[in-house]
Amino acid sequence: MNDQLKHLSERVTKGLMTRREFVGRAAALGVTAAVANSMLATAAKAAGPVKGGTIKLGASGGESTNTQDPALTASEVPLYNLRHWGETLVDVAADGSIEYRMAESVEGSADAKKWVFKIRKGIPFSNGQDMTPDDVLKTMQRHSNEDSQSGALGIMRGIENMSVDGDNFVVELAAGNADLPYLMSDYHLMIQPGGGMDNPGAGIGTGPYTIEFDEPGVRHGFKRRDDYWDSENRGHAEFSEQIVLNDATARTAALQSGQVHMINRVDPKVAGLLDRAPNLTVKSVAGRGHYVFIMHIDTAPFDNNDLRLALKYAINREEMVDKILRGYGTVGNDMPINGGYPLFDDTIPQREFSLEKAAEHYKKSGHDGSPIILRTADGAFPGAVDAAALFQQSAQAAGIPLEIKREPNDGYWSEVWNVQPFCASYWGGRPVQDQMYSTAYLSTADWNDTRWKVPAFDEMLLAARAEIDEAKRKEIYSKMGRMLRDEGGLILPMFNDFVGAVANNVGGYEDDPNGPLMNNKAPIKCWINA
Amino acid sequence: MHPIVKLVAQRLALGLLLLFAASILIFAGTSILPGDVAQQILGQSATPEALENLRRELGLNEPAITRYFSWLGGVMQGDLGTALTNGRDIAESLGTRLSNTLFLAFWAAVIAVPLAITLGLLAVRYKDRWPDKVISAVTLTTISIPEFMIGYVLIFFLSIQLPQLINGMEFLSDGVRNWMLSNLRFSSVALMNDSMTLIEKIKSITLPIMVLTLVVLAHMMRMTRAAILNVMQSAYIETAELKGLGMLKIIRKHAFPNAIAPIVNVVMINLAYLVVGVVVVEVVFAYPGMGQYLVDHVAKRDIPVVQACGLIFAAVYIGLNLVADIVSILANPRLRHPK
Repeated sequence: MNDQLKHLSERVTKGLMTRREFVGRAAALGVTAAVANSMLATAAKAAGPVKGGTIKLGASGGESTNTQDPALTASEVPLYNLRHWGETLVDVAADGSIEYRMAESVEGSADAKKWVFKIRKGIPFSNGQDMTPDDVLKTMQRHSNEDSQSGALGIMRGIENMSVDGDNFVVELAAGNADLPYLMSDYHLMIQPGGGMDNPGAGIGTGPYTIEFDEPGVRHGFKRRDDYWDSENRGHAEFSEQIVLNDATARTAALQSGQVHMINRVDPKVAGLLDRAPNLTVKSVAGRGHYVFIMHIDTAPFDNNDLRLALKYAINREEMVDKILRGYGTVGNDMPINGGYPLFDDTIPQREFSLEKAAEHYKKSGHDGSPIILRTADGAFPGAVDAAALFQQSAQAAGIPLEIKREPNDGYWSEVWNVQPFCASYWGGRPVQDQMYSTAYLSTADWNDTRWKVPAFDEMLLAARAEIDEAKRKEIYSKMGRMLRDEGGLILPMFNDFVGAVANNVGGYEDDPNGPLMNNKAPIKCWINA
Repeated sequence: MHPIVKLVAQRLALGLLLLFAASILIFAGTSILPGDVAQQILGQSATPEALENLRRELGLNEPAITRYFSWLGGVMQGDLGTALTNGRDIAESLGTRLSNTLFLAFWAAVIAVPLAITLGLLAVRYKDRWPDKVISAVTLTTISIPEFMIGYVLIFFLSIQLPQLINGMEFLSDGVRNWMLSNLRFSSVALMNDSMTLIEKIKSITLPIMVLTLVVLAHMMRMTRAAILNVMQSAYIETAELKGLGMLKIIRKHAFPNAIAPIVNVVMINLAYLVVGVVVVEVVFAYPGMGQYLVDHVAKRDIPVVQACGLIFAAVYIGLNLVADIVSILANPRLRHPK
């Protein structure tokens, strides 16, 4: 890097110059935009975190009904809250590996049935008490016992026994599960003193902040703790404030006028325009959530694999990403797994749009030519009605009589999804492949919305779950993915990105595919450059 | 007993009865909505066991009649109960929200009502000439635009463009520009909390006040204009004119007092709107008023909170209507001294 560029990038880091200006001047010096941007990231990191100040987040997904009880957390703003005051045993890092938090290590038995978490010592809760393995046990019990109201109850089901052994917290499972540590990263499972049994909504935990004010649906304020154990990496700003801005325009306006430093859920329709504003950057990161058209493979005419393949070939994936996601997404391959998952096999060939193949398979299916009805609604996913219309056009070009039936939003999830044989829908991602497949593609899964009930597939899923050898697991997952791609009932044209926006004076932002705004950790991991 | 006192007593008793009826309607309405609070809290990740446990704890397994009467019993003793969703004391959360709503409504009314009436009087004074036409055209335009749109337009020009414009005025000295930047700040987020001074609070809600003023102006202005024009046809106005009084004086001293009743009625309707109908403005400016609070709890089927909000809204309507009636009577000698 020549001196002039170095000088310029330092100016940006200090907030004396905007990123856009920098890219422009760098271009004048013969540097491409991509290189210029990565130089900036390096400069920001080299400068190191700035301590102090107030970091403000304008967030959608908060209601006046929200509570601080982790068991009852379901929307996005409470999630940001939890991250401020609480921590889990482990986190999933941006690269998909396990990051140790309250546990300092974890060890599984050879059959993946017994898991031992070594709990860190000397970590204080915000009420002054030290966190103990007993607190961990009680927390897990609260989320899994008979009276539990926790949203994490589903993932705690396979646990047979939990106990404390010295400094360790021990989990025993009925059947082996090599992904158990990932399940423990679930945000509901914030370690609370005494498991939070007495006062679950007190907001006392081991996180970098304590609650300063708590006005659900309006704003939440946090103050940094002086006795936080990991203050090098988290909790840089002295104060952190979240302002609930459920209106999309209000959010972008607040960021543009400098009233907040970051916002979540930028509408792809305006993201391109917003990115032109001088003082901010739109951040989009490929996630694991996806938009789908799902067919019940046990219902005619979708019980014919040639017809399913015909429809899969007849959808123009690039066009979908272009027009529905405005480029903020990636094409899908008719399997619910993408590069965002650990152990993803990237050698599985991408299915391409082909009218000839679609017509060929359609002919082979022997379908009688009666209309194939696709149900959709605005609420199925953002842009679902338009996406269905695009699908219809390309399918008709291949001679497939696809017809759209538009359903009301109200009641779509109870009357249409998982009830009608062919409809539009979406899935949020899961941290690991096992969890995604177990949720919707196991014969016995409650949400098997494609009626994919294949014993061979179930066997592979259970074998992979208990397999400790990563190479072998990857191989099994690859087979499962290929099987779903070629025979399954889901047409998966696109994975949607998490799109947020961050002011240019914010330092420390890194892409994290696990969730929006650094997996909801941007406020505790970023800092404000003075 | 003075007839007015009697009327007020009657109306208050009737109001209580109305409130009771409203509470039954709200309870029934919220109960018909699909899903219950347990389902709404836990969302898609709910397992049947968790739902059952939550329902048991919240007492949702009791029959609806029992729940209604236990709620009513609490209210009779002045206890609004706690929110099912987050266990907060309803009276406390509601108190903050209500005072915010009243604060915004008050300042919007302080500006909008005198402005509307003055504009109405001016419109009459210059009837069918250009000031009348401009006033009508402008106010009718702003009432025709949806309030969120007015909000967005104001945010765009005043919160986002104005600071950039000031920054670009390089012919001014830095000191002047900084002064303008800090004093001509229109916040697009109407924050409101106890640590703010009164001035800070009013500054924070400048944009919502402007939007609400633009939205309610036309209705009151047009009614003032129509009511006074109606009176202007009367014989005594002609007499006043023949006496040689100035036009404005005639309007002020002779026409306006006789047009008060219909004007007060429409003013009260608009005040009620400012209190109960501004949820869209609250959302656009993220203002912590009652509208958003109510909508959130309806979405989560949190019946006790919906009931409490409903009662307050109903009471505001009933109360303001009562005031309108009393003022009409006091303003009319024939009603003030009935035979």
